[in-house]
Amino acid sequence: MPDRQLRIVVADDAVLLREGLVGLLERFGHKVVASVGDPDALLAAVDADTLDIVVTDVRMPPTFTDEGMRAALALRRAWPDLPVLVLSQYVEQTSAADLLDSGGGVGIGYLLKDRIGDIAQFVDAVVRVADGGTAIDPEVVRSLVSQTQQPIHRLTSREREVLALMAEGRSNASIATTLVITEAAVAKHIASILTKLDLPPATEGNRRVLAVLAYLRDTDPP
Amino acid sequence: MLGRVLGLYLALLPSPDPPPILDVVFPSFPRHDALSALTRGPLRFLTSAWPWRSLAYLSMSGLSGGAVLAIPLVLIFKLRAPDLVVISVAAVLTVIFVRLIGLPFELWRLRLLDPELAAQVPIRRRLAPRQLGYVVTSMMALWWIDVGVLVFSLGAPLLLLSAPLQPDASTWLGIWLAVLGGMLLFVSAYPMTAWMGARAALARAILFPQDRALGEIVRSRARLVDAFEAERRRIERDLHDGAQQRLVMLTIKLGLAQLDAPPGSPLATELHDAHALAVDALAELRELIRGIHPKVLTDRGLAAAIQDVAGHSEVPVKVDVLVTERLPATIESAAFYAVSEALTNVARHSGATRCSVRGEVRDDLLLVEVVDDGVGGADIGRGSGLQGLADRLAVVEGTLVVSSPVGGPTTLRVGIPCRTGSSE
Repeated sequence: MPDRQLRIVVADDAVLLREGLVGLLERFGHKVVASVGDPDALLAAVDADTLDIVVTDVRMPPTFTDEGMRAALALRRAWPDLPVLVLSQYVEQTSAADLLDSGGGVGIGYLLKDRIGDIAQFVDAVVRVADGGTAIDPEVVRSLVSQTQQPIHRLTSREREVLALMAEGRSNASIATTLVITEAAVAKHIASILTKLDLPPATEGNRRVLAVLAYLRDTDPP
Repeated sequence: MLGRVLGLYLALLPSPDPPPILDVVFPSFPRHDALSALTRGPLRFLTSAWPWRSLAYLSMSGLSGGAVLAIPLVLIFKLRAPDLVVISVAAVLTVIFVRLIGLPFELWRLRLLDPELAAQVPIRRRLAPRQLGYVVTSMMALWWIDVGVLVFSLGAPLLLLSAPLQPDASTWLGIWLAVLGGMLLFVSAYPMTAWMGARAALARAILFPQDRALGEIVRSRARLVDAFEAERRRIERDLHDGAQQRLVMLTIKLGLAQLDAPPGSPLATELHDAHALAVDALAELRELIRGIHPKVLTDRGLAAAIQDVAGHSEVPVKVDVLVTERLPATIESAAFYAVSEALTNVARHSGATRCSVRGEVRDDLLLVEVVDDGVGGADIGRGSGLQGLADRLAVVEGTLVVSSPVGGPTTLRVGIPCRTGSSE
């Protein structure tokens, strides 16, 4: 049984699976406050103050493409601290990166739908994201990292420490407190990490996620 | 004939080390005509039958055209009194000659010009105005040019060849000029064959102005592929919405059941195994769906789908696909399978350590290139899946170029016309 009972909103247009998810989460002692089948109902059901996490499918009406993902991003824009776990039938890199990047990468998850079957791990992931951590599907990691080929061993041990904390979704300030260094030093380390990992000069946040993914690959091979 | 014999001889020669393979496949319409013969290497062209066919065809023009010219000329000038009656008789005779001999002859010798074209002309059927038009054009106007090309092409070389026979030429000069003439003879095959090609194009244009039948075949093939694509998408959707969802549910149920089973009991073991099987089935189903028609391709287009398939490659792949717009589904699908197949080959055969995929749309042409640093030696002809790929690309009028010298690197380049704005 969990340390605490999470208050969860579940969104999935497939009734069968939605009921399955609800049953699963409740079996582990959490409370599903609303289960909905479309993005509008999801946005209406979210009361960020009393909610611990939103679990949503990417595919939802009306076009059954990425409505759920867009709803998730909208939620993150409105409440950057609201933990969101997105379930997808396949890995779509760009939107995965956008999502993992939202709200500074705190309390965010992106998992393939199939992973629900590993119920213990799945519920762990839900709890982890609700607690402000990250849950990134190994497939996402593989997809992103197989293209970048970063030599992660070029990092210094301090830079690795910083990266590990980034992977936990920590902000610069939080990393600085943990390592007892200044925020400026953290920023300097991060800049150095990005350079060493040959990350393309895209948006800062995206590079941050890529760096984290590179780290994940190195420490936790799928 | 000589060309055939020489060609056979060259074919029987032991080939040296396998040369760097550069196969260009235009599978949509593999044509065997004079103009495409010209684009081959000099050796292949000169040892082909085309120079001889050209010679035969152009010589025949002198025969038929000369006959048409001769009838009225002989009548009119032999009688030395060219009046209306004689001219009328000459005209009638000429028409009869053209109808009875010239027409079948012209249509018969089309087979020298273009065998495919000749096969489409029903010779003994009722005469179509179009055929009459072609024959009249050929016998009245074109034969002059035929003979002109023949004389112009062969005149100089034959003159030079005959140099040793000239009484006032020194022996060595004569031989030298003859050798030069012999060399020029090879060159003369080109203008003759080129004119043959133009002649064939003209014949095609007159006899089959719109190539209606072929156009219909192309369209029907495209429709067929569209139907296949739609069917693949439907199957994919059904699997997603049906089987996959139920399997996920099954894994959840089995997982929950495991929680309730007494730990270490036979029931727990059975449930654990059943759960593992369901998870495997789910993974297999996902791979299957990816093979049928990846969802990401339908939803997000080519760039995202290539990213996705690259993410599953054993060999690290660098993806640089600058295709942001959505292209027609059949084109996206063909390009995606090309990349997919190429990456499979890279992983299976190449021994490459890295690989890159680049893609862009340039001048209404979708270009995709897959390069790896492997051992090379891929060959379209040797059942490496490349032939199937070429066939698949043919449907969208795409081309496949593979450069894979032994020792690598291997480059696979795909070009698919994609007129933006057209819906097909």
